[in-house]
Amino acid sequence: MKKLSKTTKSNLITYGIVVVAYLVCEILMRTGHMSSLMKGILVPLCIYAILAVSLNLTVGILGELSLGHAGFMCVGAFTGAVFSKCTVEMIAVPGLRFLLALLVGIVCAGICGILIGIPVLRLRGDYLAIVTLAFGEIIKNLVNAIYFGMDKNGLHFSMKDSIALGLEPDGVIIIKGAQGITGTPTDSNFTIGVILLLITLIIVINLVHSRTGRAIMAIRDNRIAAESIGINITKYKILAFSVSAALAGAAGVLYAHNLSTLTALPKNFGYNMSIMILVFVVLGGIGSIRGSMIAAVILTLLPELLRALNEYRMLIYAVVLIAIMIFTWSPKGIALRERYSLAKLLKRREKEVQ
Amino acid sequence: MSFISYLLNGISLGSVYAIIALGYTMVYGIAKMLNFAHGDVIMIGSYVAYMAINNMGLPIPVSILLSVIVCTLLGMMMEKIAYKPLRQASKLAVLITAIGASYFLQNIALLIFGANTKSFSSVVNMEPIQLAGGQLIISGETIATVVACIVIMACLMTFMKYSKAGHAMLAVSEDSGAAQLMGINVNATISLTFAIGSALAAVAGVLLCSAYPALTPYTGAMPGIKAFVAAVFGGIGSIPGAFIGGILLGVIEILSRAYISSQLSDAIVFSVLIIVLVVKPTGLLGKQIQEKV
Repeated sequence: MKKLSKTTKSNLITYGIVVVAYLVCEILMRTGHMSSLMKGILVPLCIYAILAVSLNLTVGILGELSLGHAGFMCVGAFTGAVFSKCTVEMIAVPGLRFLLALLVGIVCAGICGILIGIPVLRLRGDYLAIVTLAFGEIIKNLVNAIYFGMDKNGLHFSMKDSIALGLEPDGVIIIKGAQGITGTPTDSNFTIGVILLLITLIIVINLVHSRTGRAIMAIRDNRIAAESIGINITKYKILAFSVSAALAGAAGVLYAHNLSTLTALPKNFGYNMSIMILVFVVLGGIGSIRGSMIAAVILTLLPELLRALNEYRMLIYAVVLIAIMIFTWSPKGIALRERYSLAKLLKRREKEVQ
Repeated sequence: MSFISYLLNGISLGSVYAIIALGYTMVYGIAKMLNFAHGDVIMIGSYVAYMAINNMGLPIPVSILLSVIVCTLLGMMMEKIAYKPLRQASKLAVLITAIGASYFLQNIALLIFGANTKSFSSVVNMEPIQLAGGQLIISGETIATVVACIVIMACLMTFMKYSKAGHAMLAVSEDSGAAQLMGINVNATISLTFAIGSALAAVAGVLLCSAYPALTPYTGAMPGIKAFVAAVFGGIGSIPGAFIGGILLGVIEILSRAYISSQLSDAIVFSVLIIVLVVKPTGLLGKQIQEKV
């Protein structure tokens, strides 16, 4: 048998973790060992993992700080949900409908990524962060102001109110401004979520290890040096940014089809959400795909597991966040870790044995 | 007439943004970090003033002073505990710590003061001025806010220009390593910056809640973000920039709320920011820094 390279092995471990986790959850569910609370959180876990992995492409691989990831998720969620609602009578097979909705969501979010990326990626650092944050908020605001309906004459669109749509009596309002979309078919489930997560991982991991990925990382490490050896900076930056946006769109479609009502609140599509995803990426290790996935799962579960502590759980979450950052980055924390690191302890043992 | 009154409202809101943005921009200039918790310091300041006035029955000037003191201490403490160990860390790590601090303050406030909306009574006891035969009414809050903003701006600029500590701040923000070699106590300077920024946040909080009285643990979040936008708008790190950015942002927000759409006002504010940054990537008054190879 051919010996596997180190990266291949590491990638296989990543896929393996997902598959094993999926099997464990399925077994627990089938044997009835899972509480309804946990069952309800399985699909969100997949959504957050996809979001974290896709944001890692922008933050970790491209090295640009984006605070508007939830905006792309919002685009994907709403376009996907509108598509599903429009075609709910035309396409009877839920799987096919979801697949098409997924494609619509991914394409729309990807196009948004390109449109936003072209002007924005000229900026750098904190300016880029604030502009992406602004874009996320604009998308959320626009979605809250849109009215969209359908009747036998076709599709109607307005920014004012539902009466301005001028629908025929048999028409249905699909997006009702701030009330969002109600009655989306709940086509997604845990299995679909895990499959999507696996696809996301395959796309991102293969991208990172390809020629394109190396070009993107070269831009991250030294933009000017990369440019001087002939790497087209704009092209690769926009490529990475739009792939990341498209994958966030996929997570959005999954989100929209998990619950039957969809509204754009600050909680789910505002900057708070973008920040939460960024926290997953940073705590998982910037640039580590597996890390951001695991961090997303743990940090989503943590507040749920702390539910018994009710009022204190977000406080504990905040303290944990600060403590981890100080432990990993402060000089004292690093010294402490080096002193008691596992590898060093093992090495010392070896020396003693010799 | 209604246009002028909207304009005045905008300038008033803009002055609050400007005061917050001054704190933001000073901290950014020195510590090179986005202090996401700045907005929550505003909220804490408002709660302290609210408690002092309503529960302890202190006179208003004493309450404001108390709020300023508490916020100053809070800002210095935050810097000492959360940010100081991370001086050499990556930018993202500091950002996440600031987010953690923001969550922490919000949830502490939630635990202590509860989730109920508190109705903040205005600290300004001034009769509204009526102009043009009662057609144009300028509220006391508007005048107090604008005056406070201009006074604070003037004081800060004098401080930066003429005091030794101000010079130290400028030096640290330009090159902290070189400043240390010249004998400047960098840690003390950063601590002082946080203290000033947080004191300004307390003033801004009291003024903000006098104009918009609903006080919850999340009151500070959105003004904090808007003020940050204002600071970027004017060119982050620049004090006059923060002032101009804040005023412009407030005026744009109120005018678009009045004439275009109340729902889309935030979207319009953010779009203007994006247009400004795309045309002039370092903000209105920001300095262009040439990158070296």
